[in-house]
Amino acid sequence: MTLPGASADIEPPRGVAPAASCYHCGLPVPDGLELAVEIDGAERSMCCAGCQAVAQVIVAAGHENYYRVRTETAPTGDQLLPDFLRETEVYDRAEIQREFVRTLDTDLREASLILEGITCAACVWLNEQYLAALPGIIDVRVNYATQRAWIRWDDSRVKLSEILQAVRRIGYRALPFNPAQQQESQQRERRLQQRRLAVAGLFGMQVMMLSISLYAGAWSGMEAGFEQLFRWLNLGLTLPVLLYSGLPFFTAAWRDLKRAQASMDLPVSLGIGGAFLASAWATLAGHGEVYFDSVVMFVFFLSASRYFETLARHRCAASVEQLVQSIPLTATRIDDAGAEESVPATLLGVGDRLLIRPGETVPADGEIEAGFSAFDESLLNGESTPIEKSAGDAVLGGSVNLTQPLELRVTAVGADTVMAGIQRMIERAQSDRPPLARLADRVASRFIFGVLAVVGAVAFYWWQQDPERWFETALAVLIVTCPCALSLATPTAISATLGRMMERGLLVSRASALEKLIRVSHVVFDKTGTLTLGRPQLEEILPAEGVSREQALTLAAALEIRSEHPLAHALLQVAGDGNRLSAEQVENVPGGGLRGRIDGRDCYIGSADFVVAETGFELPAAWQARLRDGGATAVILAQADEMLALFCFRDRLRDDAAALVERLRASGRQVILMTGDRAAAAAEVAAACGIEDARAGMSPADKMDAVQALQAEGARVLMVGDGINDAPVLSAADVSIAMGGASALAKVNADIVLLGNRLEAVAEALARAARNQRVVRQNLAWALGYNISAIPAAAAGLVAPWAAAIGMSLSSLLVVLNATRLTR
Amino acid sequence: MEVLYLLIPISLLILGGILWLLFWAVRSGQFDDMEGPAHRILMDEDKVVDEQKNSRRGGTG
Repeated sequence: MTLPGASADIEPPRGVAPAASCYHCGLPVPDGLELAVEIDGAERSMCCAGCQAVAQVIVAAGHENYYRVRTETAPTGDQLLPDFLRETEVYDRAEIQREFVRTLDTDLREASLILEGITCAACVWLNEQYLAALPGIIDVRVNYATQRAWIRWDDSRVKLSEILQAVRRIGYRALPFNPAQQQESQQRERRLQQRRLAVAGLFGMQVMMLSISLYAGAWSGMEAGFEQLFRWLNLGLTLPVLLYSGLPFFTAAWRDLKRAQASMDLPVSLGIGGAFLASAWATLAGHGEVYFDSVVMFVFFLSASRYFETLARHRCAASVEQLVQSIPLTATRIDDAGAEESVPATLLGVGDRLLIRPGETVPADGEIEAGFSAFDESLLNGESTPIEKSAGDAVLGGSVNLTQPLELRVTAVGADTVMAGIQRMIERAQSDRPPLARLADRVASRFIFGVLAVVGAVAFYWWQQDPERWFETALAVLIVTCPCALSLATPTAISATLGRMMERGLLVSRASALEKLIRVSHVVFDKTGTLTLGRPQLEEILPAEGVSREQALTLAAALEIRSEHPLAHALLQVAGDGNRLSAEQVENVPGGGLRGRIDGRDCYIGSADFVVAETGFELPAAWQARLRDGGATAVILAQADEMLALFCFRDRLRDDAAALVERLRASGRQVILMTGDRAAAAAEVAAACGIEDARAGMSPADKMDAVQALQAEGARVLMVGDGINDAPVLSAADVSIAMGGASALAKVNADIVLLGNRLEAVAEALARAARNQRVVRQNLAWALGYNISAIPAAAAGLVAPWAAAIGMSLSSLLVVLNATRLTR
Repeated sequence: MEVLYLLIPISLLILGGILWLLFWAVRSGQFDDMEGPAHRILMDEDKVVDEQKNSRRGGTG
């Protein structure tokens, strides 16, 4: 018998290299770094001080079970920087809490939080357990599907900022979240549909039960009294189904009629309305056919398929909303006295003065008051080269400050910003319907008019021939030809596929992407962050003679703490926050490095060219050899009078990159690598994953040209990318996939976002799209074939309405069942 | 067959009861997260409880 906790040795989760990788987050452990935490009776190595701290907190709180049951690695731990602590404290202020905290009693508070970093169910468990154990927390619930936490606490015993910090301590990020109106209305919509489904299902079961008795009675004979009783009961039980569950069909049909359009709702309404009225008449008159079972079955199946469609849509919307919400959260406001304070971005007003540090996202539209810097505005206009701006220039909210701190005066906030416009754009993209679905709608729409004409003709003909049977025959034609199978064919398949893809970590932002994926002939990969992890890891430290590794690391950390550069981050992760020196007059030299004073001596860290130019020293021969190695990035630390150390950073290939390329090539697709990096680095990665066509040194514009050149030759290009530079290429390609760690921009432009870090999901997306297409074709063929072949039989009066209803329901059921195959 | 005159009203009452239950479930958000709880039930509260459980099972089985 195996119990989850019984085995003493814990297998690392999937996709984690067993040796020399961080036990907590799965990243490689840099050479010579010895950080460890005892978990489950064994020393587990950690890649950085952040992960170590997180793992220690988890173990100390008695939640080691997390490591046993998790199926994905944890997000890399971050250290609690003073900035973060200060930022969270603003959330304790009453005027800010008003935005998102509900006060239930004097001290009893309730709030929703967005949790970042939830990768598997164990994360949900860990967060709930850890938070619930904090003093003052009354209740906490984490929703795995939406990655939201709902929390209730006693404000006199624990502050909201402490809760946010506690979440950060175990390696996740919590952001207060104002459940927008849209959210609430979505929830109301879902719950209304759930109730409609419950009514249709429950009453439907009763009606079916009685109907079966009636059919059996018609076969073997039953007392007229019971027959009549059962009919009356069915009438009463069908009424709520028709009026409550079926209401949306009638209102939609009425809306379409007023606009002189036809949708599926019209024949559905005519069908269920007509069948019900005829049955009610037969019940009152005491003779004739009743079709109550057809009515409830019809309403139940249609309601169910609509409910699943709604669910898929809402989940998609929630993910994007979270994305947009997480961009600018707090801002540093400078008051009249010149003091800095951290405020939530939602509270900014026009005219406020803000301090924007390098690496920060601008929280609102504004104008530069003082300073100059380069901005990355690709999120807003797709232009990926940084734009230099100085005093008086306009800066857009959502652009990223790249180089220098500066002061900004706010000119637009909230819905007036360009960012809000982009958000509206995303929402529009989400209501996008794939071409095939639109075609099915158009066909169905014409079909409906055809059906109504046929029904009229049949009714007229039978009225002339046999007035007894005209209603029965016309109703049979109406029910048998109802194009509901036709209308269900595509949406059920698509929502099943989208739902399944979401579960597999593939967020599809445009449903039309599914159809484009099938025709993909060329797959273009970006290198950094796509085929590789995108986070440089400190690989090696080469200290100069007489300098220890620790000394070099401490000095470098003192300078790099002032920088937001990815390399600085990688270095600080390793350095930890033990005895840190403080550097003064740190200056960021764009494209070079950092210059500053430590203990009264000038220090430099940056590229070889920069350091050599600053100090005028020769590099040792061993270092020069290292610098010629193309795959790695080297940073040099120097003081005014000596070279101190060389730090080597390298980006690691994703574990599943080679397997993915292999699968893509096996399916007959061309695989191309396009990168802005040097040829040596590109060749190294291409060789490691078996790509023959590797193109290096390409600017975003080059990549776009290359993709368009491929398209001109008739290729259908799938672009898989990450990062700000890829945005224009992602939109130029026929269909695009962005990595989950990608910048918000890439996500906005991409058709599909990979939420997990499984690169192989790209191949899965292609396979699922192909399966989706097959099922849609099968469904359409079946639905059209059935409808067309059943019309003549029904018009000839050969099909009784009950048979028509069974045929039609079976036809729809078949289509829905066929589509549910896609959820596996 | 006259028992039907009793059984039918009973079945309608049960129907009403189930309907009320389902409406309550919808209202209290039982259908809001269909994934998390399925995983949650598999997780033990913490390590101490986990070990107790193991030893208990070991003792009986």
